[in-house]
Parts: sequence; structure tokens; C-alpha cells
Amino acid sequence: MSDTTFQPQAPLDYLHDGSTLRSWLFTTDHKRIAILFAISITLFFFIGAVAISVVRLELLTPAADLVSDDTYNKMFTIHGIVMVWFFLIPSIPATFGNFLLPLMIGAKDLAFPRINLLSWYLYVGGAAFTVLTLILGGVDTGWTFYTPYSTMFSNSSVLTAAMGVFVVGFSSVLTGVNFIATTHMLRAPGMTWFRLPLFVWAMYATSMVMILATPVLAMTLLLIVAERWFDLPIFDASRGGDPLLFQHLFWFYSHPAVYIMVLPAMGVASEIIACFAQRRLFGYSFMVYALVAIAVIGFFVWGHHMFVSGQSPYANIVFSFLSFMVAVPSAIKVFNWTATLYRGSISFDAPMLYAFGFLGLFTIGGLTGLFLATVPIDIHVTDTYFVVAHFHYIMVGASVTAFFGALHFWWPKITGKLYPELWARAAAITMFIGFNLTFFPQFVMGYLGMPRRYHVYPPEFQVYHVLSTAGAAVLGVAYFMPLFYLVWSFRHGREAGINPWRAKGLEWQAPSPPPHENFITPPVIEPPYDYHPKDLVVSGDTL
Amino acid sequence: MDKRSPHREIWFRPLLVWIGLCALLAATCALAYVPLGEANFPISLCIAALKAALVGMVFMRLFENNALNRLAAAAGPIWVFVMFLLMGADYFTR
Amino acid sequence: MSDVFLRPPFDNLARQHRAVAFGMWLFLVSEVLLFSGLFAGYGLYRGIYPAGFLAAGRETDIVYGTVNTAILMTSSFTIAVAGRAARADLGRMAWWLLVLTFLLGFSFLILKGFEYREDIARHLLPGSDFALSQSGAQIFFSYYWIMTGVHAVHVTCGLIAVLRLIIVSRKNFAWLSGSASEDATALYWHLVDVIWIVLYPILYLVGRAHG
Repeated sequence: MSDTTFQPQAPLDYLHDGSTLRSWLFTTDHKRIAILFAISITLFFFIGAVAISVVRLELLTPAADLVSDDTYNKMFTIHGIVMVWFFLIPSIPATFGNFLLPLMIGAKDLAFPRINLLSWYLYVGGAAFTVLTLILGGVDTGWTFYTPYSTMFSNSSVLTAAMGVFVVGFSSVLTGVNFIATTHMLRAPGMTWFRLPLFVWAMYATSMVMILATPVLAMTLLLIVAERWFDLPIFDASRGGDPLLFQHLFWFYSHPAVYIMVLPAMGVASEIIACFAQRRLFGYSFMVYALVAIAVIGFFVWGHHMFVSGQSPYANIVFSFLSFMVAVPSAIKVFNWTATLYRGSISFDAPMLYAFGFLGLFTIGGLTGLFLATVPIDIHVTDTYFVVAHFHYIMVGASVTAFFGALHFWWPKITGKLYPELWARAAAITMFIGFNLTFFPQFVMGYLGMPRRYHVYPPEFQVYHVLSTAGAAVLGVAYFMPLFYLVWSFRHGREAGINPWRAKGLEWQAPSPPPHENFITPPVIEPPYDYHPKDLVVSGDTL
Repeated sequence: MDKRSPHREIWFRPLLVWIGLCALLAATCALAYVPLGEANFPISLCIAALKAALVGMVFMRLFENNALNRLAAAAGPIWVFVMFLLMGADYFTR
Repeated sequence: MSDVFLRPPFDNLARQHRAVAFGMWLFLVSEVLLFSGLFAGYGLYRGIYPAGFLAAGRETDIVYGTVNTAILMTSSFTIAVAGRAARADLGRMAWWLLVLTFLLGFSFLILKGFEYREDIARHLLPGSDFALSQSGAQIFFSYYWIMTGVHAVHVTCGLIAVLRLIIVSRKNFAWLSGSASEDATALYWHLVDVIWIVLYPILYLVGRAHG
């Protein structure tokens, strides 16, 4: 250390720092755990996709001619369970959140690295129960497990499915605990709360929801087990129970759950849009307040899933009003993302294409959410494809699109390689086209009365179903393309360098890929999104 | 600081709390047998809340510094309250 | 000496301890929400079946319930003092108090086991031969079995955590002072006590003043 000309060898990056299976399965490095999660959720994405492929193929014709009723029910159930709990909920937080949170705040790892690994093993445990459910013949209750069908009448593997979701829920809770503790306790000196990237704020807000909402789901699932397996009456009306209690408890979690799925996507959008417009994010503090407001108010609206369930009309009014309220911070964010583009130096790389897709599709999904929050409209379109289209616009159009945006934006940092840009843009555009072709017809046919979860339908709906299935095929192609070119780029792509996007944020001060302890020299803390001087108003010159 | 005073420091306040908890336990048990009509249940819940607060504030050391832990601890009952309030919006108006 | 306990990514032991305590508090919040689903359902059904709940509440064994409450409260006391002793570098005292905590917690479970056996013998398990006929009584007991059962699982987890502290520190009491584990375990154990403090009146003190 006394020889000042001595150049220490650069530390190995996290991908090459240990190559045994043991070094991966027993890792506590947040970056490796992120990769473990990424591989796991990709596998389950395929399972969910196969299930819905069966559904969409069946729906090509009005008759029930591909699969039996029971099988059909099992297909859409497994699609929902897998996509919600084994893909979307962990997707951005457990992969990008895990990878980026410590980097973005200037820390060496999350606060509790071993708990992080436990989170992954809990995911695997829950996943095992789900695979067991498939082996035992599947479950047919719908992803919503409504009673009394799930507790008293279904002949399918309800218990193993419930246990799978129960276990994976604890994965969520522990991730949430880790993220919040990390954000409070491990920010680098100078990284104050209002210098944090919005992605970090989004992870924080998401974690709040994970911790507060998920346990209620856990208990609800336990109650299903108690009633179905131990014959203890809770929801059974013939023994004095109230089936609506199940719905209240289930949706108390499941509505905030959709915010677990969308808040991270919003965080991603903020990072990408600011970078590819090379502009400061418009209205940073309002963006922060909006994230927290969505997370909190999101807990007050669950009754909008129960407008026709027998819930009191007074409660309907209350929940409808609160549902309108929760749209306000979301709208603020959409306006601020748009305003960020003003006087920007916009480039249309793949991440930005995905971000634009996110912006438009989230707006449509959000607006149709307001239609659904309006009680009279909801009474007309509830349990139709209108609802299906609405939530897919948010969960796929917003969340999955943002996931792919994040995948492309941070791929250079995660792997040290650049992906082929033309292929990526083609995939992004294909995804946008495929998505709209799949789901826009569903709005129309839902409004016209096509019920959800039915596979026998009046022939006048066939044209919409054919369009939707065709769209799904295009969407499938769009999902496969990144699988090929990203894997290709991992071997043959160009070296990315430390900051190929000229982005701000501490993660871009770490090597690509980062070493085990993230930074070689301590990162320099700057104001957030410092893409141009603050009071620059003259000319379009942003550098 | 002599040898005895740290020991006293260690035992004294928790012992007071424990005695308080026992007294509250005796009170709630006894009051349960006193016919107070509808008031029995709320009273026993209030006493339980008091006991929980004692455990939380002293045993779990919420009373000492850390505002962050207090905030986290408060979130639990607040969210439970939200659950009760909005579920009640349905059940009380059916 | 403190370097032994320092664990990356922290470079400051005090901060690490604060983080562990805060992390445990966050987890405890999730545990409160876990039980809240049960409390909400209980509250609802109590409102719907006041007579049934009063009749059923009388059938729980108040002796077992009260003794168990006292045991758990005392174990909370012993682990609280253990924590203070550890922080004052009185490792041996802390260790013995942890052993006492474990024994108290374990006896809670033993008593609970006896109580369950009696409950079953008295036909208080909802089913075809349930003892009471009032509507809502079976639901009260559904909640009794589920609430105490889930709580007992938490007691067991807490006991395992306390046992781990006892085993790990048995040759080196000073470990209790340096590690954040003691604090985290104690917080969890206190929550188990707090949950029972709420369960006690809603399961054991219902309907006592009537009949």
C-alpha cells in the first residue's frame, strides 16, 4: 500500500466471481439473487403463457371443441395464479429492484443479504407447490379462489395451490422488509431522500404495500385451508358464514397487489424517460408524493371489485369515490412524464420505445379503470371481457412493457454487453402491435356482453376472439425475440462500457457488470436527473 | 457507578410494567364477571390495548429514542383500523 | 471485538443493530396485518351472532386461558430483562433469563395442548357433534381454533429463535451483547405476547357475566 504506483487488479465482476453451482445457490450478492429471480420468473412466465395459449386457441371457435369445461377452467386459473404471483408481483422488484436498489443509493448490498436469499428460496418453495398443483391435475377456481366454490365444491387441487401462493407471499414480505430497511439505513453519505431516483422511491412504495397487504392474503388462504381441510366454518353460509367476508379479505390484498405490480413499472418509466429525453424529470417531488399516495390510497378502494356481489349500495358509493381519488396521483404522473419530454433531446432506442408504449397503454388502462369505478357502468360490464381488457392494459401494457423497457435499459449494466438495437426496436414495436391487437377487441366485446371465463359463446363474438388470438400470437413472437437476441448478446454483443446511455444515477458509476461490492471508487452524489442545469430555459440546447 | 445500580436499572422498570400487566390481567378477568351489558366487551378490549401499549412502549422500547420504529409500529394498528372502517362501510349499511 | 459481529454491507455496528431492529419491526407490522384478517372476521360475526358468541365464549376454559396469559406476560418480562442485561454486558444473567423465557413459553404450549385435548373431549371442535346449537357458536369456535392455532405456530417459531440464542451463546455469553439477534428475537417474542393479549379477552372473557 506504500507503493503509490501499484495498480491493484480490478475485482472480478459479480457474474464471474465464483462459477460453481454452490456459489450461485448460496450467494448473498443481491445481483446474483436478482439473476436467480429473473430465471425463475421467466420459467413461470412460460407456464402462464402456455396456459393462456390453450385458452386463446379454444376461444377461436364459439363451441367448446378443444378442451373440456374443467380443463378450460383450470387453464385460465393457472394463467392467473402464475402470472400474478409467480411473474408480475416479483418481476420488477425481485429482479431490477434487487439488482439496482443498492447501486442506486451507493450501498454494497441490501441490508439483509441472507434474508434476500431466503426470499428466493421461498419463491422456489411456493413454485414447487404450484408445480405440484399442476401435477395433481390443476386448480379450477379462478385465480380469485372465491368461496364457496373453492372451499366446498371444487374437486381440484385447491389446497396445494393455496399453499403455493401462501409461501410465495412471504417471499414478497421479506423483500419489502429488506428494501425499506436498506433505503433507510444504507444510503451513501449525501444521498438524501429527495436525491433518490424515482425507481428507489417506487421500490419503497411497493415495499410498503407488500408488507401491509400480503399478510392479509396469507390469512385468507389459511382460512380456505381451514374450511376445506379442517371443516371449520368461516365462509359457509349453511353454517352461518358469509361468503362476502372472503371477498373483502381477498380484495383487501388483491387490490393493493395491482399497485405492487404497477408502482415498480412507474419507477422504471421515470428512469427511462428522463434518460432518453436527457431532461430532468418534471415535478420530481410531486412524482414522489404521487407514488406514496397511490400506495396508500390503493388500500382504500378494494370494494370496487365487489359492486355486484351483494355489498351495500352505500359501500359501493364510498369505494367508487375513493377509486376516483386514486386515479388522481396516477394522472399527475402521466402528465409529468409527458412534460419531461418538453425541450428534450429524445432518442428512440428500445427502452424509450417501451416507455412510450407504457405511457400510452397505462393511460388507456387507467381511463378504463375509471369507467369501471363508475358503479352503473361497472354493473353493465362486470365479469365481461371489458374488465379483462382493462387489467391486461395495466398489467401487460404497463407492467410487462416496463419490465421489457427495464430489461433493455439496464441490460448493459447487468451483463456488460450491448444488445442489437435494431432487433430490439423491432421487438418493441411488434409487442405494441401485438398487445393492442390482443386486448383492444376485448374492450369492445366486453362492452357488447361477452362474459369472462366462458369458452362457449354466441357466434357474434367470434370475430373479436379471432383478432385477439391473432394478436396473442404476434405478442408471443414479440416476447420470444428478446429471448434470442439478449442471450445472443450475452455471448457476442459489444462491450457496453460504463454508461452507454449517458444516464444519470449512481448505478451508471459502477462498472458494467459491477463487482461484488458494487463500486470501485465511491460514487459521486449529484442532484437527481441532473441532465441539464436547473434554470435552463433558453433554446433547446440541453447540454 | 457501583455494582448494584446497573442491576437495579435492568430490573426496575420492567418489573413495574410486569406488575402493572398482572394487575390489568386480574382486573380484566374480574370485570368479565361483572354484568355490564354491552360495555363488557369494549372494556376488556381497552384493557387489552393498555397492556399491549405497556409491552410495546417499555418491553419493546418504543418509548425510548427511535421515531422510525414508532412510525413502523403505528402503521400496523392504523391499517387494521382502515380494514375495519371500510369493511364496516359495507356491513353496517346492509 | 465488534468486527466479529459487523456484517457487510454495514460498516458501522450501531447502524447494523438499528437496521436489524427496524427490519424486525417492519416484519412485526406484517404479522399484525396477518392476524387482522382474523380480527375483522371475528368482529363481523360477533355483530351478526351476539347470542351465539356469548354462549360459545362461555365454554372456553378461563383457567387455562388466564394462566397462559400470565405465563406469556411473564416470559415477555424475562426476555425484556434479558435484553437489558445483555446491553449492560451481563451476559450470564441474560442467558439464564433466556432459558427461563424458553421454559415459560414451552409450558404455554404444553398447557395449550392439554386445553385442546379437553376442548375436543367436550365437543368444542366444529363438526357434526358440536356441543352448542346456537347459530354462530360454531363460527366462534372456528375462530378459537384458528386464532389459537396460528398463534401457537408463532409461539413455536419464537421458541425456536430463543433456543437458537441459548445454544449459540452457551459458551460465550458476550455474544448476546454484541449480536443484534437477541434484540430481534425479543421483539418477535413480545409480539407473540401482544397477540395473545388481544386474543385473551376476545376468546376467554366473552359471555362470562351472563348465565
